[in-house]
Amino acid sequence: MKLRQFSLLLFIALVARASIAAGQPAPQSIILASTTSVENSGLLAHILPAFIKETGITVHVLAQGTGQALETAARDDADLVLVHDPEAEEKFIAAGDGIDRQQIAWNDFIVVGPRSDPAHIAGTHDAVAALTSIASAQAPFVSRGDKSGTDALEHRLWRVAEIDPAKAGGGSWYRNIGGGMGAALNAAQAMNAYTISDRGTWLSFGNKSDLTVLVEGDPRLLNRYDVILLNPAKHPVPKQALARRFAHWLVSPEGQAAIGAYEVHGEQLFHPSAATPR
Amino acid sequence: MDDVWAALGTAEFAHIVGLSLTVSLSATALAAVVGLPCGAALAICRFPGRQFLILLANAFLGLPPVVVGLTLYLMLSRSGPLGALALLFTPSAVVIAQALLAAPIITALTHRAIEEPWQEYGGALRVDGATRWRSIRVLLAIARRSVLTAVLAGFGRTISEVGAVLIVGGNIAGYTRIMTTAIVLKTSEGELGLALGLGLVLIGISIAVSASAFVLWER
Repeated sequence: MKLRQFSLLLFIALVARASIAAGQPAPQSIILASTTSVENSGLLAHILPAFIKETGITVHVLAQGTGQALETAARDDADLVLVHDPEAEEKFIAAGDGIDRQQIAWNDFIVVGPRSDPAHIAGTHDAVAALTSIASAQAPFVSRGDKSGTDALEHRLWRVAEIDPAKAGGGSWYRNIGGGMGAALNAAQAMNAYTISDRGTWLSFGNKSDLTVLVEGDPRLLNRYDVILLNPAKHPVPKQALARRFAHWLVSPEGQAAIGAYEVHGEQLFHPSAATPR
Repeated sequence: MDDVWAALGTAEFAHIVGLSLTVSLSATALAAVVGLPCGAALAICRFPGRQFLILLANAFLGLPPVVVGLTLYLMLSRSGPLGALALLFTPSAVVIAQALLAAPIITALTHRAIEEPWQEYGGALRVDGATRWRSIRVLLAIARRSVLTAVLAGFGRTISEVGAVLIVGGNIAGYTRIMTTAIVLKTSEGELGLALGLGLVLIGISIAVSASAFVLWER
């Protein structure tokens, strides 16, 4: 009996302590809704310590797809966003949710696939022609299908190619997995399929196996990352000033230098572009 | 393999393990504080709607975590009814989600554990003039082994949960990232060896907690 009463007290004390400690976010913290490509590539983990050191502001990063990140911010659950889908961003701003969009960096998308390359697209530089070849060869293709920035780009390319991949040829070759970039790369690797990836995630991805870069260098494969603040008229979030400070830092010479200095396996992942937006 | 060992030795990893244990033990404690008396009351009290509550507790053994996570997300969102508490994307939100999932398990299993001793000793307790509350305490003590299993089943649910905590916790590095969400992340980064290493550590922790509970309880 004694032991149980003791453990009960211990439990209650533990809960109380945990909820007090856990309920109070660190003083001076903001929530950044961002995309998997900037978080999982390690970019933010690389640049944030410098910002925290300079300002004392902790940045909690949510790695979501662009669509989900904008939705999270529209519900007031984040203080600013860092995303990469120009069309969705324009809608977000037009709806009165976002203001002060600024480009912080760019890199590019690439078409990756198995070395056997059944659609014969290796070494070409036209993404639309490559997708058309994949569709006519009915070669397996993995689509994110999650309304992320990469997913939006893929659908723009299919529209330019005038192909509805879900319908063309019964659709068994077109596999919509409804998952993040890493999940799509894992799926493509397992199914010997093609997919479209951002370069940052690709370079830091650890399970490439037989996958390789097949198409790159199409201007339509440009991948721009923008930071957007919330419109205080519609979102009276209390941390507006802190969020603005972070956005300013990202486009400042210090922030831009930190972004440009990030490398994986000796390759630069993001090209800072605040001064010269692409 | 060296990479895996190096990663498991970092401060970041220690934080993930510590947070996993803290939130899951807190959630289990919360669920037990609610579930043990409720389960016992369902076994010994007679009131209208009792059968329905028993059915509900048993049905909720299979409560889908993503649905709990999504519902809790909408409640805790700053534009939701409990938004003023500012709990979304905090470790507290993770504790609440896990506790909601574990409470029905502890309630339903405690109810089953107490039913039999109540039939056996209920008469004696009533003759003794024991209050309901005292009866509950005596019966929980009699059925302590089955009750321990109930609590450990609840703990198992909390430590292994991923769907709900991903939604309400946000898997924020150094803040709400726990073992299961770290495994999901490492898998998506294609770091399959490290993901598996984390998984083995998670299983080890589960075994260690159960073993310590048994040792403490059986003493």
